[in-house]
Amino acid sequence: MGYEHRKKIKAEDTNWAVEAHGLVKTFGDNRAVDGVNLNVRAGSIYGVLGPNGAGKTTAIRMLATLLRPDAGSAQIFGHDVVKEPQIVRQLIGVTGQYASVDESLSATENLIIFSRLLGLGRAEARQKARELLEEFGLTEAAKRPLKHFSGGMRRRLDLAASLIARPPLIFLDEPTTGLDPRTRNQMWDTIRQLVKQGSTVLLTTQYLQEADELADRIAVIDRGRVVAEGTVDELKTSVGSSSLHLRTQHPQDIEEARQTIERVLKVESNVSSIDGKISAPITDADRVTDLLISLREANIHLAELSVQKPTLDEVFLNLTGHGLENHSKQSGEVEEAAV
Amino acid sequence: MSSPSIHPTTHHQLNKRTSFTQSVRNSLTMAYRGLLKIRRTPEQLFDVTFQPIIFTLMFTYIFGGAISGNVENYLPVIIPGILVQTVITTSIVTGVQLREDMDKGVFDRFKSLPIARIAPLAGALLADTIRYTIATVLTFTMGYIMGYQPDGGLGYVALSGLLVILCSWAISWIFAFFGVIARTASSVQGISMIILFPLTFLSNAFVPVKTMPGWLQWFVNMNPISHLVTAVRDLCNSGTFGWDLTISLIGAAVIVLIFAPLTVRSYMRQT
Repeated sequence: MGYEHRKKIKAEDTNWAVEAHGLVKTFGDNRAVDGVNLNVRAGSIYGVLGPNGAGKTTAIRMLATLLRPDAGSAQIFGHDVVKEPQIVRQLIGVTGQYASVDESLSATENLIIFSRLLGLGRAEARQKARELLEEFGLTEAAKRPLKHFSGGMRRRLDLAASLIARPPLIFLDEPTTGLDPRTRNQMWDTIRQLVKQGSTVLLTTQYLQEADELADRIAVIDRGRVVAEGTVDELKTSVGSSSLHLRTQHPQDIEEARQTIERVLKVESNVSSIDGKISAPITDADRVTDLLISLREANIHLAELSVQKPTLDEVFLNLTGHGLENHSKQSGEVEEAAV
Repeated sequence: MSSPSIHPTTHHQLNKRTSFTQSVRNSLTMAYRGLLKIRRTPEQLFDVTFQPIIFTLMFTYIFGGAISGNVENYLPVIIPGILVQTVITTSIVTGVQLREDMDKGVFDRFKSLPIARIAPLAGALLADTIRYTIATVLTFTMGYIMGYQPDGGLGYVALSGLLVILCSWAISWIFAFFGVIARTASSVQGISMIILFPLTFLSNAFVPVKTMPGWLQWFVNMNPISHLVTAVRDLCNSGTFGWDLTISLIGAAVIVLIFAPLTVRSYMRQT
């Protein structure tokens, strides 16, 4: 995504929307958050990526003044979350993992109540509710009680409620967990739109693809600690070797091409049984030149050649030393998207 | 980029504290939310509707003859008694519902909004006065139907109704506190009943205190519920303001002064 977008931020002032140092939260014996540092530049999308129970939600709750940190400090636009919570609350919008809206009321009623609480007058609140419902495509369902809402509609309403005061910083705790792919894409568009309008977004996700798609920077969090931080590209590079993917014009050349690759690059290669694509890690980029020459000398014609950085999935596995067992389905999607 | 940019500095004026007017406004909005919820789920008014009707009928016809010779003479005794008992018992629901409400995600949002910390609590408690009003009106209506004619007149009856509603609101802070600290809604119900049941029955609400053993009389005369019942009887039956009224009001104030800050503090600490 947004190469242009990233450039725009760099040009802007280097305001920090979030600065957190050594945040700790313990529940009994469990150090849910164990010394987390986070710096989020204003106007960017920052992704906090980690598996279930890594401490993402707890970290967000501390930043959003919902939970008091046991140690460490955090500032939102320079305002301390412990000492100046009331100011911080005027700067943030929080959309929780479980929809933080009133189940027994209608969408309009929910938005009117939140608007009124934020100081809007009766007519203003009504107007605001109407606008937001329209913006989020909920007008038709406005009067229905939320019990009959789908997961996606609920999330959208939830996000709409966070935007009433147009807060400069928005926390999204797993905004797309449990949504179908179409609704998820809609949500992504909405989030990108928000940042275009100048908001900063801090989102947590267990989906590598989501972080890859949306975030300018990512913190990978595991067992309450940040195990890696950087741009998506930096993280992928940190894992090391890119891999070479090539396909021959004639299927009968595959075996010979493969032998050539293993001989020249001195690595093991794989052949995909589906499309006959050969892939091999690149340990020394220089040797790729030799490989291409050898292939031409052997009279093997190539149909396709590409160099690919590792997927975030691999990054995660590499950083934490354990995989994302429960997200194998999601990882599959990432690979598809990357190819 | 058609929409205006959002910047923290120019966005809006940042206030370090919530003003008193804002607190009141926030609480009223939260009360409005409570009323909307009642309108959406009218079945939760079941108890305040039927308890006054059933209890008034039952107690009057069961005890009337035994205690006051006949039903008519018992009515001036039992109606204020049953009013206080019913309405105060209703205030338990406040704590139970608060617990249920707090377990829902929406409370997270309330906490993350720049609103008065007390508003979600105060609002819930305020909205529940509608329940007390329903219970009060129904109890008096049952009384009238059964032949109760308070000598104090309608004005004093209304005044006594207000007194009971006010005191129940004060007492509901105690249950709100239980609601905030308890783990489950049913435990709130349990604790509250164990406290209220003896308090309402070990009082002068249903029987003359003279008939009780001495040690019990001591407790019954101390019991704040007795003072409230007496204050209501004074108002309804003779249209007078007595010492009991003052005690009831002071008691209500003390409860609020102790439990409101206690509840708000535990509420803030919870998550």
